[in-house]
Amino acid sequence: MNSTTEQAPALPVARRVPATAGGNVATAGAKKRKRSKAPQQSFRSRLRRDKQMLLMMVPGVVFLLLFFYIPILGNVIAFQDYQPYLGIGDSLWVGWQNFVDLFGNPDFIHAFWNTLYLAAWQLVFLFPVPLVLALIVDSLVSTRVRKVFQSIAYLPHFLSWVLVIAFFQQMLGGAGFVNNLLRDWGMEPISFMTNPETFPVMVVVQMIWKDAGWAMIIFLAALASIDASLYEAAAADGAGRWRRMWHITLPGLRPVIVLLLILRIGDILSVGFEQFILQRDAVGAGAAEVLDTFTYYTGVVGGGWSSGAAAGLAKGVVSALLIYGANKLAHRFGEDGIFAKKLG
Amino acid sequence: MATTFFTRKPRELSYNPKRPVWKEKPSALYQTVKAVVLIVFSLSILTPILLVVSTSLADTEQLVKAGGFVLWPERPTLEAYATIFKGPMVLQSLGVSMLITAVGTILALFVTITMAYATSRPVLFGRPVILAVLFTLLFAPGLIPSFLMIRQLGLLDSLWSLILPGIFGAFNFVVMRSFFMNIPGELIESARIDGANDWQILWRIVMPLSKAVIAVVGLFYAVGFWNSFFNALLYINDHSKWPIQLLLRNFVVQGSGAADQLGITTTPPPQSIQMAVVVVALVPILMVYPFLQKHFAKGVITGAVKG
Repeated sequence: MNSTTEQAPALPVARRVPATAGGNVATAGAKKRKRSKAPQQSFRSRLRRDKQMLLMMVPGVVFLLLFFYIPILGNVIAFQDYQPYLGIGDSLWVGWQNFVDLFGNPDFIHAFWNTLYLAAWQLVFLFPVPLVLALIVDSLVSTRVRKVFQSIAYLPHFLSWVLVIAFFQQMLGGAGFVNNLLRDWGMEPISFMTNPETFPVMVVVQMIWKDAGWAMIIFLAALASIDASLYEAAAADGAGRWRRMWHITLPGLRPVIVLLLILRIGDILSVGFEQFILQRDAVGAGAAEVLDTFTYYTGVVGGGWSSGAAAGLAKGVVSALLIYGANKLAHRFGEDGIFAKKLG
Repeated sequence: MATTFFTRKPRELSYNPKRPVWKEKPSALYQTVKAVVLIVFSLSILTPILLVVSTSLADTEQLVKAGGFVLWPERPTLEAYATIFKGPMVLQSLGVSMLITAVGTILALFVTITMAYATSRPVLFGRPVILAVLFTLLFAPGLIPSFLMIRQLGLLDSLWSLILPGIFGAFNFVVMRSFFMNIPGELIESARIDGANDWQILWRIVMPLSKAVIAVVGLFYAVGFWNSFFNALLYINDHSKWPIQLLLRNFVVQGSGAADQLGITTTPPPQSIQMAVVVVALVPILMVYPFLQKHFAKGVITGAVKG
């Protein structure tokens, strides 16, 4: 086609050198090799060459603009006294006032600390579970047991939070299965689902139920990629089960653990939005109010658009800083992190 | 013969032949702990599902005797299902969910495939730009601005508000793109030399080679649309446009005023009717799960690790 004629003939068309990208940028995945510069073409001829490819990007780009980038810009209403009938253009600018009000608002402060509190619970008690499960599954010799367990464990990931909470209510709710049994046995029913004090435990249990099996996949893949001859050699040298785990398995898993931790930390302030909104009525705002639910109830339900947006923006900025910081830290420890150093 | 002379006597196969020779047999305690963990975890997942399905099928007599829940229906009956489908709400919301799932998945596949293919080959701008865009997708624009956008577009109370925000997922895009990047460039080049344009290459060469990954990503999207609940809570007021998940939330999780909303006159709704609604939302997922499971592990891993 027309594109080949303008190209250095030796280069496969599919690996056309992006003229803007200089000479040594890897084009496809991991293939990082130096390449001589392609003859520079005029912008217009490159445009003509890539016309159809660019056309293909249009739907995606339109989506990203409409539902991603423009809404990001819409966060400016956090600095306004936004009135729906005036719109962003005519609403009054109030500077940092919304943030000042927010940090003076005990409800927001409560939501903020509660978010951190629940996030800490999740980080400590949720994060290790898939790893432990993966180690157990990986140590299974029987492939059949393995397959059966995996099929069961992955399933809840595909159920909606509404279904998950419905299941938990039927099992553990006030009129649920377990409490019915307890009553039959003449014991006091336990309010698993409505007790604000045990709510963090409940949240972690629900998350384990829903996603621990699924989160196992990535650890299993990493475990499978560890060279088995390392284990064999270590065993021949007299290393027992635990020494092999400590000196081979865990170092082998380190990059994945670091990667997942960074992603987790960046996501930490989104402790689990649907999960909380579904249960806020049952356990009360004291236990289940987090930054996201605060944003929702203040902004969408209460009509405080600007304070809601300010709360959302504050959360977004802190999350971004957390991702950045965690990634920096990963680089400090010699890991790749989520994005390579040169981009970070 | 010489060979038999050198061949060692076969070892006694008292151990599992699949276990590598260097791996010691685990102690009884360790094995018990492992078994208990796996069994408890599996049962904790299976029991609620069994409980809900059985209760939805149980007849009133058995339910009353058991005090609300049964683990096995003695005389299975579809009465509960007949009841929920009598009122308009469940049927309507099922229709809404099916519609947004079907339309949403098709649109999502279109947007994701075109975007993934176009970015899998270097074009006008290269990898750094695409990586930078991918990096921004780690963040979220926030709830309020997204809501205002939907309102600005006039999509409140329209089913499009449930479809459009979900037609592009960064994760699915990365999975798809990394798959496309592994398709040999020679294939695409030879098609180009034969006179195919980029659309033809995508349709005739790339997509047939990627059936598996397209199926997985499509299923991921479909499950996502079927399960989406929060968008409906945000954007839909009109009861006749509720998807099944929102109905489920209001009817089962909150359980308030549900009977009127369902157009059913029995108050309070018996356990089995609630459970029937749960099952109605659950069954489609259970139906596609075997397909999902067959492919996803591979797809997810190639995407997640290389992305």
